[in-house]
Amino acid sequence: MAIEVRDVNKSFGTTPVLHDVSLDVTAGSLTALLGPSGGGKSTLLRVIAGLERPDTGTVRISGVDATRLSPQRRGVGFVFQHYAAFKHLTVFRNVAFGLEIRKRPKDEIRRRVMELLELVHLEKLADRYPSQLSGGQRQRMALARALAVEPQVLLLDEPFGALDAQVRKELRTWLRRLHDEVHVTTVFVTHDQEEAIEVADTIVVLAGGEVVQAGSPGEVYDNPANPFVMRFLGPVTEIGGSLVRPHDIEISPDPVDGGSPAVVSRVVRLGFEVRVEVETGGHEAWVQVTREQADRLGLGPGDTVHLRPAPGARSLALAL
Amino acid sequence: MAKHVLRGVTVVYVLFLLVLPVALITWRTFGDGLGPFVEALTSPSALHAFKVTIVVAGWAVLANTVFGVGAALLLVRGRFPGKRLLGAFIDLPMAVSPVVVGLALILVYGRFSPAGGLLESWGVQVIFSTPGMVIATVFVALPLVVRAVVPVLEELGDEQEQAAHTLGASHLQTFVRITLPGIRWALGYGIVLCLARSLGEYGAVAVVSGRLVDQTQTLTLFVEERFQNFDQPAAFAAATALALIAVVTLLLTKLLRPKDRIDGN
Repeated sequence: MAIEVRDVNKSFGTTPVLHDVSLDVTAGSLTALLGPSGGGKSTLLRVIAGLERPDTGTVRISGVDATRLSPQRRGVGFVFQHYAAFKHLTVFRNVAFGLEIRKRPKDEIRRRVMELLELVHLEKLADRYPSQLSGGQRQRMALARALAVEPQVLLLDEPFGALDAQVRKELRTWLRRLHDEVHVTTVFVTHDQEEAIEVADTIVVLAGGEVVQAGSPGEVYDNPANPFVMRFLGPVTEIGGSLVRPHDIEISPDPVDGGSPAVVSRVVRLGFEVRVEVETGGHEAWVQVTREQADRLGLGPGDTVHLRPAPGARSLALAL
Repeated sequence: MAKHVLRGVTVVYVLFLLVLPVALITWRTFGDGLGPFVEALTSPSALHAFKVTIVVAGWAVLANTVFGVGAALLLVRGRFPGKRLLGAFIDLPMAVSPVVVGLALILVYGRFSPAGGLLESWGVQVIFSTPGMVIATVFVALPLVVRAVVPVLEELGDEQEQAAHTLGASHLQTFVRITLPGIRWALGYGIVLCLARSLGEYGAVAVVSGRLVDQTQTLTLFVEERFQNFDQPAAFAAATALALIAVVTLLLTKLLRPKDRIDGN
């Protein structure tokens, strides 16, 4: 295990932030800490980095008890949401910082920094200052800076949170590819479930300071531990007292076994998919169908249809 | 109409309070050419006063720079009970008259007080001597560095420092390589202000120095003493010298104003 967190508790004043959190991160994996804001995910990441000290519990990094170690001795790379660029140093000196602290020979530093700048596509901007870079470029510089010291684990705190949607998407794909090249154990914090599913190979869902579920993106999406996780990971709707994904619902004009009747209230065409809004059992629900399906059924407001979860679809019974 | 009245009032105000006094002093100083000016400033007493001023101001600036940066770090980064109280205490010298400071120092460090007596028995004389003058000057100029550095330190945030820690830097390395460059312009501004205040200090130093000619006389005390003894050329020459130093520091502060340099590289 690259990181083992055991029974960590942490409060800020009287506010509990982490409650008995345990977590294992396998070496070489790319793990997402996913959850709503205030769920404790950033605090957990900072505890792993040594930037916060847990009230109780232990943190082991590469088998070594790091609970009492200062951040400078943990061998972690940390990337901040707002880049934390050293404003008075050039891109080159920013990336070289950790190596200069370690008093590596000048030519070795030069070689390593240029290698990393090529990896993050900033080799042409080595002499610029951070204020002359875009947000995405600053974050790539921060990543190169963290990687320069060859950390045992790389920790990213909402790394794309301050970037606009387009750059966010690009950097996401790029981070995944980078990880496939570099293979350093990576943990990143995000509140964006799409980002977690797309980039990570393990997702840890944190809410209310506790680990709610951990598993591969597929597992967490298909077998959510509770309604909260199911809602957080993707769209859901409620039919027949169960929580179902809107794309996992069979819709038919005739009564079916285990189906619930519903009245169509609106049909919205969103490009390739069609959203059928219905009323069933006294509340609103919606079903996602393909355009072809919608055309075949010829649905319109006021039609009565019958809904049931598709065979093999995961649904969660809601406690009434 | 109102605009003209306002303009007139401003001109008269500035003329009588600023332009006229400074112009008159300059005229009196250089009225007989540069010779008497140089002569008055190179008399042994004047040179000694210069030396005392530089020594006292130098130590005071050094002490306030070290303390100022430390206190600013504590106020911005620290979490401890009594932090607001510390902040208020640092501003105290702004409100207290320097004469009061001087008297208070005599009470604490005078020959007949416990602390002063103890120091005296070790051979350290504080009052009527350089240490007392340094302490008095440190006190009156105390808030200047702190107040210049605090807002910039707040603006800077602590993420850069945390990043430096995770990259393997110790606290000292982080301070020297990250924090200090981040606050350098504000610190420079604070130091210049502190220097100007220290050079011009009169009240507190007058009380604790005992005004011993050729011993504890600073330049400001020299001006006063020469004037009282009807040696106007020397008084005006020294006053002009002080004014010139003030102008230079003023120009320096304009150059270093932190507002314009906050993210200057």
